[in-house]
Amino acid sequence: MKPEELRFVETHEWIAPDGTVGISDHAQHEITDVVFVELPKPGRVVKSGEAVAAVESVKAAFDIYAPVSGTIAAVNESVTKTPGLVNQSPYEAGWLFKVKADREEERNGLMTHETYQTFLKSETH
Amino acid sequence: MPIETPPPLEPLIFELSVAGRRGLPWPKPDIAEAENESPLPAALRRRTPPEWPEVAEPQVVRHFTRLSQLNFSVDTHFYPLGSCTMKHNPKAADRVVLLPDFIGLHPLRPHTLSQGILEILHDTERWLCAICGMDAFTLQPSAGAQGELTGVLIARTYHESRGQNRPVVLIPDSAHGTNPASVAVAGLTAVTIASTPDGHVDVDVLKSKLGPDVALVMLTIPNTLGLFEPRLREIAKMVHDAGALLYMDGANLNALVGLLRPGDLGVDLLHINLHKTFSTPHGGGGPGAGPVGVKAFLSEFLPTPRVVKEDGVYRRRMDFPKSIGKIHGFMGNVGIVLRAYCYLRLLGEEGIRHVSENAILAANYLRVKLAPLFPKMPKKPCMHEVVVSGEGAFGPGVHTLDVAKRLLDEGFHAPTIYFPLIVPEALMIEPTETETKETLDLFCKTLESIVEESRTSPEKVTSAPHRTPIRRVDEVKAAREPDLRFKRIP
Amino acid sequence: MFVPHTEEQKKQMLDQIGVRRFDDLLADLPSDIRRPPLNLPPSLSEMEMVRHMESLAAKDHLALSFLGAGAYEHFIPSAVWSLALRGEFATAYTPYQAEASQGTLQSLYEFQSLICELFGMDVANASLYDGASAAAEACLLALRHTGKRRIVIPETVHPHTRQVIQTYLAHSPADIVTVPRREGTTDLGRLQAALGQETAAVLFQTPNFFGCLEESHEIARLAHAAGALLIASSYPTALGLISPPGEYGADIAVAEGQPLGLPLGYGGPYLGLFACKTELMRKMPGRVVGRSVDRDGRRAFVLTLQAREQHIRREKATSNICSNQSLCALAAAIYMSLVGKSGLKELALLNLQKARYASKRLAEKGFPTAFPQPFFNEFAVKCPKPPELIAERLAKDKVLAGLALGRYFPELKDHLLVCVTEIKTRQDIDCFADLLERACR
Repeated sequence: MKPEELRFVETHEWIAPDGTVGISDHAQHEITDVVFVELPKPGRVVKSGEAVAAVESVKAAFDIYAPVSGTIAAVNESVTKTPGLVNQSPYEAGWLFKVKADREEERNGLMTHETYQTFLKSETH
Repeated sequence: MPIETPPPLEPLIFELSVAGRRGLPWPKPDIAEAENESPLPAALRRRTPPEWPEVAEPQVVRHFTRLSQLNFSVDTHFYPLGSCTMKHNPKAADRVVLLPDFIGLHPLRPHTLSQGILEILHDTERWLCAICGMDAFTLQPSAGAQGELTGVLIARTYHESRGQNRPVVLIPDSAHGTNPASVAVAGLTAVTIASTPDGHVDVDVLKSKLGPDVALVMLTIPNTLGLFEPRLREIAKMVHDAGALLYMDGANLNALVGLLRPGDLGVDLLHINLHKTFSTPHGGGGPGAGPVGVKAFLSEFLPTPRVVKEDGVYRRRMDFPKSIGKIHGFMGNVGIVLRAYCYLRLLGEEGIRHVSENAILAANYLRVKLAPLFPKMPKKPCMHEVVVSGEGAFGPGVHTLDVAKRLLDEGFHAPTIYFPLIVPEALMIEPTETETKETLDLFCKTLESIVEESRTSPEKVTSAPHRTPIRRVDEVKAAREPDLRFKRIP
Repeated sequence: MFVPHTEEQKKQMLDQIGVRRFDDLLADLPSDIRRPPLNLPPSLSEMEMVRHMESLAAKDHLALSFLGAGAYEHFIPSAVWSLALRGEFATAYTPYQAEASQGTLQSLYEFQSLICELFGMDVANASLYDGASAAAEACLLALRHTGKRRIVIPETVHPHTRQVIQTYLAHSPADIVTVPRREGTTDLGRLQAALGQETAAVLFQTPNFFGCLEESHEIARLAHAAGALLIASSYPTALGLISPPGEYGADIAVAEGQPLGLPLGYGGPYLGLFACKTELMRKMPGRVVGRSVDRDGRRAFVLTLQAREQHIRREKATSNICSNQSLCALAAAIYMSLVGKSGLKELALLNLQKARYASKRLAEKGFPTAFPQPFFNEFAVKCPKPPELIAERLAKDKVLAGLALGRYFPELKDHLLVCVTEIKTRQDIDCFADLLERACR
């Protein structure tokens, strides 16, 4: 997926038009080598901002928050087997889960790739 | 050509096993089988024996002796690990602990058959009260973190006993990570308060967060930057005026023993670490002990049993209805308390004062001697440890971690690094009172040459260590493909 | 006492710092409360201190003990502490710097492996504080993992363990349901009735507080049928003979590791053993050592799976445990290596035989065994006179009769809990039986 097609949240998750969720390239870089990913059970009802998954590196563990409210529709089993995919391919093979949004509009309110880049600059200064 | 894998440093004990080889022989049974009735029912019997190694005593002794030689330790190396107080551990204490009459002490013995040990526990509590300016102590917590949990539970129970619901605990951002974790385990909410740029508690921020919902303010004194809060008494008053309690994380008590009593500063309760200030060996990560001291008004909440002296007789008393309960299966890590007692008897009133003074002297000596190497070295005197940022000190691409690893090559254990979190590229150096000036001088000289090397040949530093038994470990592999046990391949 | 500086050196150091007097370094410290008198006793020389300690120890001298109840007198091979107390092990810190700590790390990896074998479990950690806190941490893990809020515990679990769990769970939303006993073991009917959808785990102990063997397989079946995890607390020595947690499908195994080479020492330091199934590995509390390689490809050991611990997660950490009982774990690893694969069964058999012999002898003297269920090395007897009185009489001869059970179970006020390990000879047992008989005259 092209980053330009994605929407982002301040906690560094991205969401695609089809509800696929992952973490941004910036986030995977900050986390460093991912060693373990814990994913939610499909069917779970989640609220936006709720911690639904966890990504661990050697030095840290991070909660992954749902960017929108909805139902977990699918999870990426290959990242649990090969956590390094999150680093190698954050926008493609390293996706985490799919969420079926309650309200399609919710996604549209999130940051575009361009706004996210500006946000990152403001965050580091 | 495939690259050859270097051989392991030392085989695993399982790899030394040979079927049929015997270790410890047991005496022959002195009771004939016939004298026993019904054996165990088949359903409850073990089906296959544990695959423990089959080795004889000489292999066991050589194996573990060789393993010991792969360690850095206080007995063999300077170990300036900040916040850990790696000072000399007196050998006499180890000897005393092994006295047969101490070894054989069952924790549930009636008090009439344990007057010796109860006297030791009682006196240790009394002396810790004197040193800390507290009114009562429990020796039950097994470690600092368990002491913290005990302290937070005491505070929570105290407020609840007065019909108050105070769910919040305020903790500075420089605190040890166990503080907020202990608060969470006790079912309260930790709220972080930011420090001022010079590393002190921001009194205005603290004041703004103090309210009727705050149970406790947890401060490390001196703090994790090795600094004493100059406005501590003012802070204590603010905390008390808000109806909250002041808790001291006593990890750094080595800076204060004999010099200042936390109780005189307004601290209501604290935990201390016997394995730091009172010189019991760290044991490669425990056992330690984290006694908790409280002011009189909190004493009824201490864990039970408590040791009391009544009419010249020592007893274990359980009848404290407001107690938070038991925190250890028995009386805590008594073997560690016993060592601390020995240490206190050796030092006495006179010796205890030399501890903090010489610890502070050594840390400041390093602060000044190392100042030319570190542009960000604090100018202000520190207490028992000095925290400095490595920023701007090393050559291109060289980080604090690399310098720490290079120190290992030179026979020095690394200081604590990247803590406290609020100091970038932090090095936290705690020399303690038991290192000679010659060692401190050599350490400074070594660090100077490493800093120099980081500019002339940075790759030598970033690839360190080179001379330790092993080199840097692949931590990512360890976490991605956890191999936590030996398993014999059938 | 342990400060090596001469006065001259101290002066040089102050000069280098650039202050005239030491107190110039203390500007931030209030001056009105510095150096208060502490009224500590005067300093003793090492010789005087050791003599003083010997005299205190002698006050507690004992001839013979039949007291167990959670802390057991077993033989400790000489090599155990002569190796464990080597300064390179004893005076090292937590092995965060792997390059400088392979000795501690490899021995902890061996410890974890030995514990897995002992319990028949998949993975073990590098130890927790003691058996009681290991049980409490197991309950916390079960609550986290299942998202349920009830822990079911038979009253045959050691009362101290139950009290510590109570302290740990006091402020969590979880509740604890206690299941009564039938004679010396868990009432399985009542256990089944206590289980429900909300049950996160059943925690039971075998041999239990009364020394009796629980029907482990049946308890496991009931717990799992209710969708709960099974936490088994056991006695390491007994596992030479009795079925280990792995054989009946326990999800978490815990134990007090003291019998593995640690002295009674008035209750500590002891050793909390903790093992579990692979599924729970990443939620296991405490330190864990893993095997990896260094940059040359050489086998190397390192602390691992630490990302959820308090250093990093702070208030989001799943447990506040920051240390293990490393040196005790090392001692246990040496003990297990010396005992070896076949030695554990022989040792367990010695315990069983001697305890059975003792129960027979005591019954002959008017102290019948209280419960019909099979036991390991500890058993309750019914006394013809109040056990406190009997214990007091034996104490005059420096003999510990055992534990009067009335203190924990009022309905068992005429019962005494007696323990016999391998260190008791036939003569010791006969002598004990005679003393008990005499005490009742």
